[in-house]
Amino acid sequence: MKITVDGLELAFGDLPVLDGVSFDVAPGEFVSILGPSGCGKSTLFGVLAGLVEPDRGRVLVDGAPAGRETFGYMPQKDLLFPWRTVLDNTTLGLEVAGVRRREARDRARELFGPFGLAGFERSRPAELSGGMRQRAALLRTVVQDREVLLLDEPFGALDSLTRTAMQEWLEEVRGRFGWTVLLITHDIREAVFLSDRVLVLSPRPARVAREVRVDLPRPREVGVLTDPAFAAAEAELLDTLRGGTRL
Amino acid sequence: MTRADHRPVAEPATPPPSLPGRAGRPPARRPSRGRPSLLRRVAPPVLVVLLLLGVWQWAVTVLAVRPQVLPTPLRVVEQGWAFRDVLWANTLPTLQVTAVGFAVSLAVGWVLAVVVDFSPWLRRALVPLLVASQTLPIIAIAPLMIIWFGFGLLPKVLVIALVTFFPIAVGLIEGFSRADPEAANLLRSMGGGRWAEFRYVRLPGALPSFFTALRIAITYAVTGAIFSEYVGARAGLGIYMAQQKNSFRTDLVLAAVGVTALVSVALFGLTYLVERVVAPWIRGARR
Repeated sequence: MKITVDGLELAFGDLPVLDGVSFDVAPGEFVSILGPSGCGKSTLFGVLAGLVEPDRGRVLVDGAPAGRETFGYMPQKDLLFPWRTVLDNTTLGLEVAGVRRREARDRARELFGPFGLAGFERSRPAELSGGMRQRAALLRTVVQDREVLLLDEPFGALDSLTRTAMQEWLEEVRGRFGWTVLLITHDIREAVFLSDRVLVLSPRPARVAREVRVDLPRPREVGVLTDPAFAAAEAELLDTLRGGTRL
Repeated sequence: MTRADHRPVAEPATPPPSLPGRAGRPPARRPSRGRPSLLRRVAPPVLVVLLLLGVWQWAVTVLAVRPQVLPTPLRVVEQGWAFRDVLWANTLPTLQVTAVGFAVSLAVGWVLAVVVDFSPWLRRALVPLLVASQTLPIIAIAPLMIIWFGFGLLPKVLVIALVTFFPIAVGLIEGFSRADPEAANLLRSMGGGRWAEFRYVRLPGALPSFFTALRIAITYAVTGAIFSEYVGARAGLGIYMAQQKNSFRTDLVLAAVGVTALVSVALFGLTYLVERVVAPWIRGARR
């Protein structure tokens, strides 16, 4: 399933936010989206997730218009509900889609092991650490079985140690399950570490200002951070972003 | 009574190899800071009440006040006990009126709040009316209710509903709108509509403020019942107080006041019990 984003344009009143955003995502590919703050990254995800109608442009799946069920959306906040157990939080998407409760729970439960949440099914979200909360939120997204995962700064609120551990973990499970991922991040290193390609958006109104391919073997481990190719990609992205903020 | 914490303690997870162990630790039971034992919570108000009663007893005795003006607390208890059958016979109708009136109030409050939550137009139309309804002077309306609807249940139920539906409706309306707009987006990305948003986010999210409102409303309900009976009834604590006042039995008036207070406190406590059954997660979340 190839995703094609073609010339998305969107303005909020007089304020243009997206100015012809176009890119492709191949099946199994990991693409990160970097951009200055407030450039419209989250708005782009809103359009993909079907929350906002674009003024112009299309989102296609293998040439056919994408529906809301194409993308699994994980917002910045974990949005785990205190009135549900961790397990029932992760089945929310399935319940909304009309899957029977028992089946939904069985499907979610299978993922608790790989997500490092085994034993916490009946806990309340407040009992989880920050990293676990993010993994529960990701599980809630993954279990919906959508084509593409939209991750909006999933590790933004974590401390740097947990964040590094989560990045390594994500690299590992993504390889295992073969997810197609679009990731919004502010963190250049995170983008390079996880991605096959990194798209840099211009300041608002957003366009794809640059595309950087990261040719590092997978699965990647922390050692890759010192690889010259890693440093080169990082430097190129930093340069582009700096150029962007000067505009 | 000990407040044992029945939250299940999760088994330790085996973290995936790439994760540091600290993220996979089972949740530690939180220390019960901020929730002292029942005795330690009840003792201070009881001591203060006993102290005040002691001062009252002493003052009335020393100043030799006539019991028609102000009886001693001991006399109030004594006479209250002596007339316990009559007091009980008048407490039952008051409880009944309170229950029916409060049930009506809950139904009206919920319907209004849900309707207002689904329709912005009705919100604009109804909320000012709700506020206006609270400016009605009950002291003037209650006797009119008797003229219009007689001495039966209806006028009393209306008075109680009128004084208590407002905190319930407002508590719910605010509770619903406290929902995180991003949670609504999440539900929509899952394919849910407005109903799913209400059912999965707004409704459960409103329960903490609903229970706060419920506690305020239930105490108003008892006061409302007494008041509606005071202006006219066949039986009930309100009319009993009015009769005893007219025969200068101040001690029995105060005994009835004491019963009213006990009823209010009991109903107030009951709301916590209901909360723990309906939404046990609130207690954890409030800590």
